[in-house]
Amino acid sequence: MTALWLFPLFWAVYASLRPYGDTVLHGYLSWPANGLSFINYQNVWTQAEIPYYYINTLVIVIPGVILTLLLASMVAFCCTQFSWKFNLVVLMLFTAGNLLPPQVIIVPLYWVYLNTPIANLGSIDIGNFSFAIFSDNNLLYDQYIGIILIHVVFQTGFATFVLANYMKTITKEITESALVDGANVFRIWWNVILPLCRPALAAMATLLFTFMYNDFFWALVLLKSSYKRPITTALNNLQGEFLINNNLIAAGALLACIPPIVVYILLQKQFVAGLTLGSTKG
Amino acid sequence: MANTTTSAAPARTQKAPEAGALVARRKRRYTLLTRHDKILLALMVGVPLTLDVLLIWGPTLASVALSFTNWQNIGPITGKNFVGLKNYQFMFTGYTLFWPAFIHNLIWLAWLTLIATPLGMFFAVLLDREMRGTRIYQSVFFLPVVLSLVVVGFIWDLQFAPTDGFINNALGTAKSANLIDWLGNPRINLFSILIATSWRHIGYIMILYLAGLKSVDPSLREAARVDGATEVQTFFRVVLPVMAPINVIIVVVTAIEALRAFDIAFIINQGKNGLELLSILIYNNSISEASLVGFGSAIAVILLLISLVPIVAFLSRVMRTLA
Repeated sequence: MTALWLFPLFWAVYASLRPYGDTVLHGYLSWPANGLSFINYQNVWTQAEIPYYYINTLVIVIPGVILTLLLASMVAFCCTQFSWKFNLVVLMLFTAGNLLPPQVIIVPLYWVYLNTPIANLGSIDIGNFSFAIFSDNNLLYDQYIGIILIHVVFQTGFATFVLANYMKTITKEITESALVDGANVFRIWWNVILPLCRPALAAMATLLFTFMYNDFFWALVLLKSSYKRPITTALNNLQGEFLINNNLIAAGALLACIPPIVVYILLQKQFVAGLTLGSTKG
Repeated sequence: MANTTTSAAPARTQKAPEAGALVARRKRRYTLLTRHDKILLALMVGVPLTLDVLLIWGPTLASVALSFTNWQNIGPITGKNFVGLKNYQFMFTGYTLFWPAFIHNLIWLAWLTLIATPLGMFFAVLLDREMRGTRIYQSVFFLPVVLSLVVVGFIWDLQFAPTDGFINNALGTAKSANLIDWLGNPRINLFSILIATSWRHIGYIMILYLAGLKSVDPSLREAARVDGATEVQTFFRVVLPVMAPINVIIVVVTAIEALRAFDIAFIINQGKNGLELLSILIYNNSISEASLVGFGSAIAVILLLISLVPIVAFLSRVMRTLA
């Protein structure tokens, strides 16, 4: 069973290591006549500018994960450490919002992105990479910040739910005694509660990184310029450019999935904890 | 089942004094919070909440409102744009892609619920039995879950491709006249991508279920064994009922995954020719191929209404513990 599970991946690796000419001549189901090589990886790395798209993805994912954790932990803190009337309603709004299929909201959201004015304050340029502050077309549409924004808002729903589940187990006495000692709520959140939530935050960070890294839909709809695309949507374009060269596409696809696999291997415990935190306590 | 009702009863009686204490505590807390603190708290909830309402719930309601108009994303919306139920009427009777997409979503849901999810649960049960190498098996089955659906699509394309794919070459049908076009034939391509989707879904369910199984009190199983129950009996009569909460979550997760399906169908052939899905019709009608905002929104409303079933089930299950 395990072998069966790994086979598609193994086959992709095998195809990606074979020169195109070899497979044209002998078919894909054959022993390598001219040996294996990394030529496809080299080609896709340079021709398809894979490193550039890695950067695009990171520019979106890193601020996305940090902002999501900050916002979600704030909401979870306020709704679990204090007894307000609307705690449950707020938590429900966030949780349910994350469960909606993104396609339900996409039509009006697309309009919002095309009609929200955003300041154009120049850009940060490093080499051939340019990050606009905040928008190079005065809109949310087709901007890094637009993609970051929707990721943050959408995933805050999920992260709030999981973090609220976790913070519920922290006794309210901690917050109360800190209040008695004269700390303000912002300091309690930052200096007292967040350190206590470190395991949950680590688990969420791992999971959110993978979610945002693997996103295809938001970038497909809300970005237009091909040079701003993250690696997943860029990969889809690769298919158009190198249509017949399966070996090259396989190499590109495998390069694209290296970061999440590395994260998974290194942080497997956090990853699984993140997924199960929300479900088993519920 | 008797077990759950008896354990719920003392919990309820405990709750009464707790509620009284809560009122007393709440009074004290309000005196602890300064005006400054209250403003800070309002901001800490208010900013994320505003964003959530503006970008998620606002558009959800807007979708419903727009579904009664014929607006095409040009100019302002006026009373003249209001067309009542016309979009829905056309969708159900005139639009030839709606029912196929609807049925594809249902098949997707049925496949995941009846095949992929039970398989994931089965793997979880097997791996829970502490056999040698459990962790390795677990990692292997879970590996596809971390991959983007774009990558999953490409990887399976290498399996399914008509002349170059592994499956046809292994079957020897690649060069014959009766070549099987796994992804191109509208009668079978949905099932091909469901196999690819399951490759990922099974691992996901397995991990969720495994966590649930680990939380089952081992003494329950011990007791069942002492009483002479077989392993199968123990699972169906003891473990499964105890796992009721997680079973609900697994069903909900499965349903939501089925309704959200978009990426893999879009990557294989833009969701055409046998791979139509409601999510793809929304995108095609309102954004990519046409700007029929009103009509696309009507499809979105149908998707929303179906999605509300698992969402409400999830909330009513989960919010009990958060309250």
